[in-house]
Amino acid sequence: MARRAGTLTALALAFVTLAPVAVVMVQAGGRGLTAPDWAALRFTLLQAVLSALASVGCAVPLARALARRRFAGRGALITALGAPFLLPVIVAVLGLLAVFGRAGVVNATLRGLGLPEVSIFGLGGVVLAHVFLNMPLATRMLLQGWQAIPAERLRLAESLGFTPREVWRHLERPMLRAVLPGALLAVFAICLTSFAVVLILGGGPAATTVELAIWQAIRFEFDLPRAATLAVMQVLACGGAVGLAGLVARAPGFGAGLDRLHPLPAPPGWRRGLDAAVLALATLFLAAPLLAVLQRGLPGLLSLPASIWPAAAASALVACLAAPLAVGGALALALGRAQGVRWLEPVAMLPMAGSQLVLGTGLFLIAFPFVTPARLSLPVTVLVTAVMSLPFAYRILAPAAQALVADYGRLAAALDLRGGAALRLLVLPRLRRPLGFALGLCAALAAGDLGVVALFATETGVTLPLAISRLMGAYRMDQAAGAALVLVALAFGLFWIGDRWGRGGTEA
Amino acid sequence: MAGLRLDHLAIVQDDFALRADWSAEPGGRVAVIGPSGAGKSTLLHTIAGFLPPSEGAVLWQGARIDALPPGQRPLSILFQDQNLFPHLTIAQNLGLGLDPALRRVDWRAVEAVLERVGLSGLGARRPAQLSGGQQSRAALARALLRQRPLLLLDEPFAALGPALKAEMLDLVDALAGDALVLMVTHDPADARRFARDTVLVAEGVAAPPVPTAALFADPPPALAAYLGGAAF
Repeated sequence: MARRAGTLTALALAFVTLAPVAVVMVQAGGRGLTAPDWAALRFTLLQAVLSALASVGCAVPLARALARRRFAGRGALITALGAPFLLPVIVAVLGLLAVFGRAGVVNATLRGLGLPEVSIFGLGGVVLAHVFLNMPLATRMLLQGWQAIPAERLRLAESLGFTPREVWRHLERPMLRAVLPGALLAVFAICLTSFAVVLILGGGPAATTVELAIWQAIRFEFDLPRAATLAVMQVLACGGAVGLAGLVARAPGFGAGLDRLHPLPAPPGWRRGLDAAVLALATLFLAAPLLAVLQRGLPGLLSLPASIWPAAAASALVACLAAPLAVGGALALALGRAQGVRWLEPVAMLPMAGSQLVLGTGLFLIAFPFVTPARLSLPVTVLVTAVMSLPFAYRILAPAAQALVADYGRLAAALDLRGGAALRLLVLPRLRRPLGFALGLCAALAAGDLGVVALFATETGVTLPLAISRLMGAYRMDQAAGAALVLVALAFGLFWIGDRWGRGGTEA
Repeated sequence: MAGLRLDHLAIVQDDFALRADWSAEPGGRVAVIGPSGAGKSTLLHTIAGFLPPSEGAVLWQGARIDALPPGQRPLSILFQDQNLFPHLTIAQNLGLGLDPALRRVDWRAVEAVLERVGLSGLGARRPAQLSGGQQSRAALARALLRQRPLLLLDEPFAALGPALKAEMLDLVDALAGDALVLMVTHDPADARRFARDTVLVAEGVAAPPVPTAALFADPPPALAAYLGGAAF
């Protein structure tokens, strides 16, 4: 059905991801690493390691409580854990600033108690934000591990009269040993390329990541060779992380089941209280920043500067162009892979080894001699966000494409159902659900993304996340919170539209 | 000029090998019988184009067809299952036999064929709303619409009860007309009911077709071993 389309897409994707890296490599030649470069690398690795340990460390008790307790709102809480993945990072940071910042609830309480204040800036703040953003993802991965413990084992454990300690030793600990490395590496890899969080909460010689240093080198120092050197460093770090993750690979999956036939034993007594406390704390930690944005942003909605609306339109445009591009490419690759072209899969995962700013730097270096980069701001943003979200779309579509080819590939071939007709009559109707989900997801990611656009945009080509970060930079926090609400509505609205379209199909 | 000719055909995969070198005439009814794993389906799938032959050639009316994609060969195939797309209506599933893009379909012809297989008025339903026997009839109806001179049946009626299966075999025989029908089965009763000739697939060879009655009257050792004592 789509071998040729898959191959062409793979070649295009390989070109778009590798050509900027090649350009960067050529430009980087001959320049050694300076002390600030090393400091950036050290900080990048340090914050990523700490973020991974803290996120997964917090996720273990939370996932365990969710796995073994049944309570009203449990399903809603598990669904809500999927939301931070869609939440624009800038909004999360804004919310954390409102709670943990100098004027936030936490520091006000500490002052009231006569205790020293905490600062959200620097390493601690970066890690805190990464935990906020990634603990839900880690929790869902671990929850799947818990739910994958076979019912037969649980029945056996119960018939043997296992205490909670023995359930931990014989069932839970071996499961975690298999699942934890994958979860740790997933969070580690995400945090390596984190940009928006570090842009706002980090900075300065002590808290600059490679990604941020690339941005500074281009925007402030206009030191293109340094940006190129840093980009090469970032490629090596990401490539190493992705390679490592490949060794302990375990598909994370997005849809955790909610119930099983044989529930985990739910021990009474103090463990019940502990689980309740963990659930309450986690809910508070995840909900408070969002409520703070809401509380601050609602009044701010009335005083939004006019410049927000063109920026929102730009973000919507980026999302509506990038999502079909990413999902279309992912679909071609997934169908080609399902028909036996094995090398398409590693190509589909290629963007994971890069980063927005690396791709951006490469494209900047390519474009700079010919056009003013600001004029390319939106096209480059569309291209880079599409490329970066393609692996997610591929992961969503690949199993469905595999099943489609296994079930109906022969029949389609026997009837000579090919090309556009196969797309219209077979692929779109059968894959509508995952396609809609992937479109919604990619659109939400593209709308909320603050990355490469920061490299290119000046006064023109500003997206909504960039506009919010500029409002924050000008300490217009109420307006920033108001604009953040607009952004949240845009991102979740786009996701809802895509997902809704996917569910609208007639299922047979 | 034979209808179907398998010319020194060999299919080799890992530790599996199957050879065939014979012909069958248009209008024939040929059963393909043998122990499971011997390669009955493999033989049909090679003729249909889902497996490349390792050696030899597949010819129809003297012309090689083994390089053509499955849908462009002069044949129709009915699989064990998944013969209908569940998201399309029965009429659309049949229409695919006339035009895979469903743009130039004579829907009156579709309705006429539905009537011939006893499904008139059910064109607007989806496969899940039909019984197993009705689904088989729909798949057969599409094969009729395609009007290919060779019909391959890879046990499409295996899931039906004995009475329904016998009914379907009679229907195939009545409707296939001048087409050559090759039918995989593991049931000797099917072969004797439906097929004048039978191909025995065993021990790496698909033997040339021989008259069914004679074959079962004096089974070669491989067939006798497969049938055991109870089959008659």
